[in-house]
Amino acid sequence: MNGARPSIKLPWDRVGGLFIGWPKWARWLVGALVVILIYFLPIIRPPLITTPGTDFGGVMFSCAIFALVAVGLNIVIGYAGLLDLGYVGFYAAGAYTTGVLTSEHWHWPFFFALPVAIAVTMVTGVILGAPTLRVRGDYLAIVTMGFGEIIRLVVTNVGWLGAASGIKDIPQPPSIGPNPIGPTGGLFEIPHLDWSTFPPSLDYDHSTRFLKFGVLDAVPYYWLVLTALILVLIADRLVKASRVGRAWEATREDEDAAELMGVSTFKYKLLAFALGAAIGGLSGALYASRQGYINPLTFQLVLSMLFVAAVIVGGAGNRWGAIAGGVLVAYLPERFRSFSDWRYLVFGLALMVLTIYRPQGLLPPRRTRRVMQAEEEIEELEGVGADVA
Amino acid sequence: MHFDFLFQHIFELTITGLALGAIYALVALGYTMVYGILQLINFAHSEVFMFGTFAFAWVFVFIHGTTSASQGLGSTIGLLILALVAAMLTSAAVALLIERVAYRPLLKKDAPKLIALISAIGASFTLSELMGVRDKVAAWFGLEDNLSNYVSNARDIYANPVTINPKGLFTIGDYTVTDVDLVVIGAALAMMLALDIFVRRTRFGRGIRAVAQDPESALLMGVNSTRIIQITFLIGGLMAGAAAALYMLKIGTTRQNAGFILGVKAFTAAVLGGIGNLRGALLGGLLLGVVENWGSAVFGTQWKDVVAFVLLVLILLVRPSGLLGEALGKARA
Amino acid sequence: MGIKPNLRALAILATAGLALTACGSSNSSGTAADGGSCGHYNIAFLGAETGDAGALGLNMVGGIKVALKEYNDKHADCTVGLKDFDSQGDPDKATSLATQIVNDDSIIGLVGPGFSGESLATGKTFAEAGLPNVSPSATNVTITQQGWTTWHRVIGNDDAQGKADSSYLTGTLGMKKIFVIDDASDYGKGLATVVKDTLGSAVVSTDEIQQKQTDFSATVTKVKGSGADAVFFGGYYPEGGLIVKQLRQAGWTGTFMSGDGSEDPAFVTTAGAQAAEGAILSAPAGPAPADFNAKYKQVNGSNSGLYSSQSYDAANIFLAAIDAGKTSHEDVNSFINSYTADGVSGPIAFDDKGDIKTSTIYAYKVTGGKLDVANPTAIK
Repeated sequence: MNGARPSIKLPWDRVGGLFIGWPKWARWLVGALVVILIYFLPIIRPPLITTPGTDFGGVMFSCAIFALVAVGLNIVIGYAGLLDLGYVGFYAAGAYTTGVLTSEHWHWPFFFALPVAIAVTMVTGVILGAPTLRVRGDYLAIVTMGFGEIIRLVVTNVGWLGAASGIKDIPQPPSIGPNPIGPTGGLFEIPHLDWSTFPPSLDYDHSTRFLKFGVLDAVPYYWLVLTALILVLIADRLVKASRVGRAWEATREDEDAAELMGVSTFKYKLLAFALGAAIGGLSGALYASRQGYINPLTFQLVLSMLFVAAVIVGGAGNRWGAIAGGVLVAYLPERFRSFSDWRYLVFGLALMVLTIYRPQGLLPPRRTRRVMQAEEEIEELEGVGADVA
Repeated sequence: MHFDFLFQHIFELTITGLALGAIYALVALGYTMVYGILQLINFAHSEVFMFGTFAFAWVFVFIHGTTSASQGLGSTIGLLILALVAAMLTSAAVALLIERVAYRPLLKKDAPKLIALISAIGASFTLSELMGVRDKVAAWFGLEDNLSNYVSNARDIYANPVTINPKGLFTIGDYTVTDVDLVVIGAALAMMLALDIFVRRTRFGRGIRAVAQDPESALLMGVNSTRIIQITFLIGGLMAGAAAALYMLKIGTTRQNAGFILGVKAFTAAVLGGIGNLRGALLGGLLLGVVENWGSAVFGTQWKDVVAFVLLVLILLVRPSGLLGEALGKARA
Repeated sequence: MGIKPNLRALAILATAGLALTACGSSNSSGTAADGGSCGHYNIAFLGAETGDAGALGLNMVGGIKVALKEYNDKHADCTVGLKDFDSQGDPDKATSLATQIVNDDSIIGLVGPGFSGESLATGKTFAEAGLPNVSPSATNVTITQQGWTTWHRVIGNDDAQGKADSSYLTGTLGMKKIFVIDDASDYGKGLATVVKDTLGSAVVSTDEIQQKQTDFSATVTKVKGSGADAVFFGGYYPEGGLIVKQLRQAGWTGTFMSGDGSEDPAFVTTAGAQAAEGAILSAPAGPAPADFNAKYKQVNGSNSGLYSSQSYDAANIFLAAIDAGKTSHEDVNSFINSYTADGVSGPIAFDDKGDIKTSTIYAYKVTGGKLDVANPTAIK
C-alpha cells in the first residue's frame, strides 16, 4: 500500500502544516509571538473569549492553575499509566503547607515556603506511593481516591491546620515596585482593552499594575503561574525524552516485559508519582498565595475527577493535550455562567460526547496516532485480502 | 479514644452498622458485576441509586400526599412494596440507559478503559444535575405547578412524607432490635442469595461468567455479549433500586447528590471484598458498615470516612486483591 | 479503526456549539436596570445559587427581589437592578467574582457574601476596593475582627447566639446534662464551640459529624449512653433533621435544640412532623411580618425561607442610600454606618466593626407538626 492515506487528520494539523519548510528562526519567532499573546490575553480581553459574568483575569489564573495541575497529573496518568483519583490530595498538601508556613504557625516569606511545600508534597507522594503502587493497577484508583478524601477530612478535623475555618492571611508573593493598599502601585500601569467600541479603546480605569501582587487584580498571579508552567513544561520535555521517559513508556505498555528488560518498574512508577505530586504541590502553593485564604471546602473529591477529566479529554500522554484539557475544564463552566444552573449538566454532556466521538482525546500523543494509523492500514489490508479470497 | 464505650455498646453499634452495611453491599453489587465483566469502574452507578431513592419517595407523595405522617412498618406494607418495585424499575431503567448511551458506543470502538471512566464521570454529572434542574425542565413544559410536589426546590433535600417508625422486637445485650433493622438486613441478604443462585445456576448466569472469564471465547461459543452486558447492568440497577428503597426506609431523605458519597462507600466495599466477587461485595459492605460505626464510636463521627478508607488501604496492603479476591468468572458452578 | 468523518465533525460541533451559544448571552443573569435619567445602579448579590447550598442562596435572592420590586414600583423612572453572582458557596469561585464585582462601576453595594468561607476569602478584595457590603447570613465571629471597614452584617454573630442558646437551655428549660454536636463546618463548629464554652460543666459529652452524612447511629448511641436530657446541634437542617429523627426512633425523649442553620420549615420535613415536635430552633431574627411572606410569594412564587428577611433588609439599606442620593462607595459606606431602621428581621444599626448592634435571639418551637414562625420567644 504505497499511497496509504494519512488518516487521523486533526483540524489543527493544518495549522502546524503551514509552518513546514519555514526556517528555524521564523518558527521560533512565531512561537515567541504566540507565547507573548498568551501572556497578554487578560490585558487584550478579546471579545467572545472574555468571560462576561466573572473576572477574566481570575478565570485565566484558574485556567493556568488547571493546566499546571493537568501537566503534573499527565506524568502519572499519561506517561506512567497510573490512574490517580486523589490528585486533589497533593494540591491540598501544597496549599496547606504554604498556609501553615506563611501564616498559621510561622511567618515565612512566600518564596521560602514554596520549595518546602513542593518538597513536602513530593515526600507525601512517595509515602503514599511506596505501599500502594504494589497493588494492582485498578485498585490504585480507589486507594488514591481514599487518600484524597483522607487529606480533606484531616484538614477539616485537625485544629492545628485551621479545621473548618481554614487558614487566613496567606501572604502574596513580594510585589515589584510600590505596593500601597488599593488600586494603585506597581512599577507602571498597563491599561486593559475595552471592546465596547470599535476599534477598541484603552481602559485606564481598569488596568493592571505591573507586578503588584494585590487582591484586586489576578493578572500578575496569572503571569506567575504561566511562567511556572513554562518552566515545568521544559523540565517535562527533558525528562520525557530521557531514559526515564522511555522507562515509563515501557512500563505503561507492558509491565512484565519492561521488568524482564531490566527496567525497575516500581522505581520508575514511584518517580512518576513523586514528580506528579510535586507539580500538584506547586500548583496548590501558588493557588494558596493568590487566594490568601484556604479552607477544606475547596479540596473536594469532585475536583480530582475534574483533574482526571482534564487530562483524558485533552489526550493522556500529550503535554499539550493536558494543557488544553486543563484550560477547557476550568474555562467552560466560567464562560457559560449565564447558564448558571445548567452549566454542570452541559459539562457532563460535553464529557460524554467528547469521549464517545473522540476517545483518544482532543490532542492525542503522536504515538497513539501512529498506532491508530497502523490499525487502519491493517484493516484496509485485511479488507483487500478478503476481496481477493 | 473511647474503647470502653465501644465495648459497652458493642451490640448496638454492630447491628446498626450491619443495617447500613447491607445497603452498601447492595449498591456494591452493581460496581462489582460491571467491573467483573468489563473491568470498568461504573462511576455513574451512584446516580442509579439516587434515581431509585427519588422514585421511592415519589410513590409515597403520589399516593399519600405531602402531609407529614408517621406510621409503623406493618400499616404501610402495601405502599412500601409498591415503592420498592418503582425504585427497582427506575434504577434498572437508568442503569440500562447508562449502558446504552455512555458505554456501548465506547465498547464498540474498543476505547481504553480510562476513556470509559471519563464517560462515566460525564454520565454521573449529567444524571445528578438533571435531577437538580428538574424544576426548570418542568417549567419548560409549563408543568411546574402541577408537579410542584415533585420538582420544587430541586436542589434541596427531598424527604419522604411518611416516616416509618421502627418497632422494637427483641433485645440483644442492651439494644432492642427493630423491625426496620431486620427488614433491611434480611432483604439485603435475600437479594444477595437470589443473585448468587442466579449467577451460578441459570443460563444467563453462565453467560455472565463466561463473558467475565474470556469475552472472545464466549463470543465464539455463541454467547451474545451485548445482551449479557445489558443483563449485568439491569441486575446492578435492580439491586441499586432495592438498596435505594431500603435506604429510604431507614434514612427517609434524599437529594440530587445523595448518590455520590454512598457510591464511593459502596465502591470501597466492593474493592474491600475483592472486586468482581459477589460474595466479596456482601462481606465488604457489611464489614465496612460495622467498622465505620465502631470507628465513629471510638474516634468520633467526624472520622467515620477516614476509618473506612484507612481500613481499605490496610486490607489492600495485606491482601492486594481484596478479602475474597475471586473474580466473577471463577465463581464455581 | 478510524473515526468516521461525520462523527469527527460532530465532536468538533459539540465544542464549537458551546462557544457559539455563548455569543448571544448577555452580561449577567440578573435583571439589569434600565433607569431613566438617573444612573444605572445595580445591587450585587454574591452567594450560592446552585450547588449544595443553592436553596439558601435562592432564599436570599428572593428577599432582594422583593425589596427591588417595592422600590421599582415606587420609582418607575429610576429603577435599580440586581446583578447576581453565583459562587456555589465555593470560596475559590467567589474570589474571581469579587474582582468582577468591584470592577463593575454600576454596582453600588453588595448583599452578601452568603457564607463565612466566601466572606473570609473575599473580604480583603471588597475592603481594598472600598465597596460596602451587607451580609444577610455570614455569622462567623472572626469576619468582623479582620478590620475590613466596609463589611457589615444584618444578622447577629455566632457568639451572641451561642450565649443566648446556652442560657435558654440551662435557664429557661432547666436542663442539666447537655450533649453538644456540631457538623465540623465553619458555622456549625463556631456556634457549638460558643455553646460548649458557655455551658461549661453542663456538657456531658460531645460528638462531631460531617456535612452530607446521613446515618448517625454511632452519634445516637453516644447520646443515649451519656444520659443527656438535651442535645444542642450546631449545623444545618439536612443533618439536624436527620439527627433528631434518628434520636427519636431510638427512643430518646430529651429536648433537641439547634441554631439558625436549622431554623427552616425543611427541618420539619426532613425529620418528619412527629420527630421534630418540640424541637427548639434559635435564630437571631424575629418573626417576619405576616405580609412579608405574602409579598415574597407574590414576587417569587414560593414561600420565603431562611435568610429571606435579612436579605430583604440588607437590600433596603442600599435602596435607602440611593434614595438619599448617596451613590459613591464612601458615601454609601458612611450611610450604612449611621443607618438605623426597623427591618422585617428586627431593628437594624451597626457598631464600629460592622456587626449589628442589637440582635435579639429568638427561640422558635416546632408545635403541631409545624415550625411556629409566628410566635417565637425572645431569649433574655
